[in-house]
Amino acid sequence: MSTVPDNLQYSKEHEWVRADGDVVTIGITHFAQEQLGDVVFVELPEKGATVRQYASLGVVESVKAASDIYAPISGEVVERNVKVIEKPELVNSAPYGDGWMIKVRLADKGELTQLLSPSDYRSHIGETAGAGGD
Amino acid sequence: MATEAPTMRRTPLYDKHAALGAKMVPFAGYEMPIQYEGIVAEHRAVRGRAGLFDLSHMGEFFFRGRGAGKTLDRLVSSDIAGLAVGQARYGLLTNERGTIVDDVIVYRIGEAEYMVVVNAANIAKDRAHVLAHLDEDATFDDRSFGTALVAIQGPRAVDILASETDADVRSLPSFGVTQGRVAGARATIARTGYTGEDGFEVFVANADAAGAWDALLAAGGAAGIKPIGLGARDTLRLEARFSLYGNDIDETTDPIEAGLGWTCKLDKPFVGRDVIAAKKAAGTKRKIAGLVVQGGVARHGHEVTQDGDVVGQVTSGTYGPTVEKNIALAYVPTPLSKVGSALAIRIRGKDVPATVVKTPFYRRPE
Repeated sequence: MSTVPDNLQYSKEHEWVRADGDVVTIGITHFAQEQLGDVVFVELPEKGATVRQYASLGVVESVKAASDIYAPISGEVVERNVKVIEKPELVNSAPYGDGWMIKVRLADKGELTQLLSPSDYRSHIGETAGAGGD
Repeated sequence: MATEAPTMRRTPLYDKHAALGAKMVPFAGYEMPIQYEGIVAEHRAVRGRAGLFDLSHMGEFFFRGRGAGKTLDRLVSSDIAGLAVGQARYGLLTNERGTIVDDVIVYRIGEAEYMVVVNAANIAKDRAHVLAHLDEDATFDDRSFGTALVAIQGPRAVDILASETDADVRSLPSFGVTQGRVAGARATIARTGYTGEDGFEVFVANADAAGAWDALLAAGGAAGIKPIGLGARDTLRLEARFSLYGNDIDETTDPIEAGLGWTCKLDKPFVGRDVIAAKKAAGTKRKIAGLVVQGGVARHGHEVTQDGDVVGQVTSGTYGPTVEKNIALAYVPTPLSKVGSALAIRIRGKDVPATVVKTPFYRRPE
């Protein structure tokens, strides 16, 4: 697993976005879960809720601390990951897989252009381009 | 006036932590490891196998002379006069107001020689406090900065330590203390700890700390020993419901409301005894309670509510990796502190259900 997969887009607040038509999947990055440590609780918005770009959409709590998850884009929640609520450790073990958070129907596709590319995100977290796969 | 950033102290094991890839944080004026591999993995290692802790930041006070025992019996809430040579006891330093200056362990290491282990953040304060009460037949020696402390805790601790010492640690009782050599160096070895597991605390001179650390880590390799940071130290102690000074107890709390009345021998004179005895007789308005929280993690400072009204405050809270629950300690009005009491913790503006439970949250299997 790469720590910054090439097929995703990123926010400065360490969320990732996978676009699939007008529905996007959102999670937190490998870097974010590593900083948090063992995740023990995840709070996510219900299906049908609206999330607004840059506003808090939920919370991840590790043994150490609670951290907000910020919405990288705006839209309506079409699904939330029930599995990650039941097994919060999925955020650590599979941040880009089973540890995803919510799926959102995009309100404004233009917001996607404001996200970071994988190489921009790598420099944002101080990882040199090309390095970092594990 | 020129000001300088306060310099962080380092324990003699700092380089070991760096080499092991620990995350370091400031704690009580020291740069200390908060975690190596991760809090949950480290916590489980201690419960299931063994863990090694650098606790060299803790303070060590030595009292000697004919008046040493008398001085300590008057300073510490528990029965120090009744301590035999080779025995240790937990107790509180209390003040004239009957509140808690520190929580300590007193080790009687000789006929007229005692070691008192105090919290790192309280070393200067405790020193002033004990000097004000020192008997003329007693001498006091603060060796906090020259003494290192390595703790080995967990069900495999006894086997690992036995392989590296000439002391008969297998027959040392709980809260027993003895002298011996660990990895060739002179050590004071006590069967004490702060994890809820069997285990030992090994006190050595700073220069011998790295030798003891390396030897125990190597000897425990096959048993699965891990180095343990302050993060897991906190989850371990909270499951075992040990108080943390500065969180659960301080100079605004008294032993009765803190659930530490059992440490107070009220039929002997000690500092603050009369105030504490009166509190015990009258009953306290609030009491510390153990809570299990139904969703979300309670943290120090969160409010405790009932029917939307704030009734108390969380002093410690975490996810307990062994009990697999979100657990907390909180001061609440005494009538609400009974087991089964239904309360809530205000987490990010929401009142999350919490129930008062029996403590400790975790008790090790016999």
